[in-house]
Amino acid sequence: MLANYGYKDGSGEYFVTIDTDKCTSCPHHGCIDGCPEHIYEMITDDYDDNVSAVRRDVRNTLKYLCAACKPTTGRGVLPCMAACTPGAITHSW
Amino acid sequence: MITAGIDVGAKTIKVVLLDGGKILAKTSVLAGFETEQSVEEAYKEALAKAGIERSAVGKVGATGAGRKAVAFAQTVVTEVSADAQGAVFLHPSARTVIDVGAEEGRGIKTNADGKVVDFAVNEKCAAGAGAFTESMARALEVTLAQFGDISLKSNKSIPMNAQCTVFAESEVVSLIHSNTSKEDIARAVHDAIASRISAMVRRVGLEQDVILVGGVAYNIGFLDSIKRTLGIENVVVPQDPEYVGALGAAVVAGAAGN
Amino acid sequence: MAEFWRWKEYNWKDPDKDWKTAKMITAGIDVGSVSSQAVIATDGELYAYSSMRTGSNSPDSARKALEWALQDTGMKQENIQYVVGTGYGRVNVPFANKAITEIACHARGANFMAGNSVRTILDMGGQDCKAIHCDEKGKVTNFLMNDKCAAGTGRGMEVIADLLAVPIEQVGELSFNVPEEPEPVSSTCVVFAKSEAMGLLKDGWTKSKVLAAYCLAMAKRVSELLERIGVEKEFFITGGIAKNAGVVKRLEQVIGISAVQSKYDSQLAGALGAALFGQALLQKEKAAGKVA
Ligand code: SF4
Ligand code: SF4
Repeated sequence: MLANYGYKDGSGEYFVTIDTDKCTSCPHHGCIDGCPEHIYEMITDDYDDNVSAVRRDVRNTLKYLCAACKPTTGRGVLPCMAACTPGAITHSW
Repeated sequence: MITAGIDVGAKTIKVVLLDGGKILAKTSVLAGFETEQSVEEAYKEALAKAGIERSAVGKVGATGAGRKAVAFAQTVVTEVSADAQGAVFLHPSARTVIDVGAEEGRGIKTNADGKVVDFAVNEKCAAGAGAFTESMARALEVTLAQFGDISLKSNKSIPMNAQCTVFAESEVVSLIHSNTSKEDIARAVHDAIASRISAMVRRVGLEQDVILVGGVAYNIGFLDSIKRTLGIENVVVPQDPEYVGALGAAVVAGAAGN
Repeated sequence: MAEFWRWKEYNWKDPDKDWKTAKMITAGIDVGSVSSQAVIATDGELYAYSSMRTGSNSPDSARKALEWALQDTGMKQENIQYVVGTGYGRVNVPFANKAITEIACHARGANFMAGNSVRTILDMGGQDCKAIHCDEKGKVTNFLMNDKCAAGTGRGMEVIADLLAVPIEQVGELSFNVPEEPEPVSSTCVVFAKSEAMGLLKDGWTKSKVLAAYCLAMAKRVSELLERIGVEKEFFITGGIAKNAGVVKRLEQVIGISAVQSKYDSQLAGALGAALFGQALLQKEKAAGKVA
């Protein structure tokens, strides 16, 4: 399942997409500690799979929380994406 | 040489007349139906105020969203460039310019010459601009000036959950119903918008001195919150902060005029 | 808080079914921010339901919705073997055996209501907008939910309707009262769209023309959200906006796909999906020998 967390407002689209099929076979869930803002958590989803999700309380502030990882110039690999070895995480912006 | 800077915004048109290092006149008129006509009106008013003829002006620079409406401008610059030039003109050690207007918020990193090094803009969402505070003041039934004042009286920080102006209005109404004091609500509102603006500033990298311009700079509640969210003591607010863009356009026009 | 979408409250039961002969009885309760629904399913078929406004207290609203669905059926709450709570207040359904997200329940419910060829579901509520892609079993394969921004929700529509002093239920009809489609309102942000609408009125636009421009803007915005998850046939719309033809017709034009119709009230998708989840979960427990 592709889970899109985040939002679209007048200023743009800010979604973090997690391909949860990759979470189920992921051995160490690097996203949890990989993100300095701790936006990810492990949940049991509606189909009883143990997957990563973006925390409910931060879903509507991603643009601001991720700002530090996304300088306007000289942006490197995002820590969350680097920490997620199966490559389940993508950002829309 | 006398130069003119004209900032054509969505709501107002501002003109600054500059003679070398000295500001001769500033005017602001509400943008009417016909932008060109309003530009003409604002420009004439400024000339009259300064007591000079049109022919005395050597160069004209235009900026703002509607800058193309100034047909007689020799130089046209973006709001971001104009902000940086104007800010450094007023405060030479400014390196970060925060411009919060009614409809847009900007964070700009500049060098000592007023050249833009980097910038980030918050636009098209009222939650990241002055329109947010205006709506919340209306919901609280206080004027914008009072809104800033009472915010300083609060010493409690309560979080606001809604990230949208429309939903935040309802949140403010329910906070009133649950007997939260107006002071605390005002501070919560200013903290909320300040945290959004600071995130943008961090994207360009915070460097002091920080100068706050644009209409929202008058709001002392916001000023207090932005200092807190940026974690710095000193944020410079120049006189007439909403004219900095027009001023910058006048500075650029002068520099372009060999 | 004001009510954004004003619907009638009602209940219904299938007169041809006798619940006493059913092997499995499950219920799904969808406690939304504006309205709550309760659905009772017997052996995986729709038996009775109710729809009513959500009160200030979620557990109360859940209880009331269920009581109302049970009315005139002779069934008691203890006859229900499994209850699933869903919706925004799902964790506040005290008598539920399990809470499941509205995303999963909507997909499941839509699969039942509009058939298993439904792939794309749009749920546009009073305060949020959800886009869901699902497989032939009604299992979610891709989803997004937007509850940050009022644009593209019933709330945004209400701001414009209020400005024009038009009752929300008349928006759709009035919006078609134009000689030709105007350009959409250009601002996405509800606050700026409102100023824009005021300007259009000053320019002499009729209320209908402004509504047409706003409905179209809303359709465009929603279509952008749908594109993120990919629009595929069949397409089904649930939630309050399904009743606003002004947005639905324009959305169908923008994406080039007509929404499938269902004989059931689209508002039931969440609660119905929850009841069906309940059915599957009960079956599993029975198979595992946990319950008789
Ligand atoms: S970009 Fe940074 S803050 Fe955002 S999710 Fe990734 S690691 Fe966390
Ligand atoms: S409606 Fe709210 S979240 Fe959406 S763009 Fe406007 S202020 Fe921002």
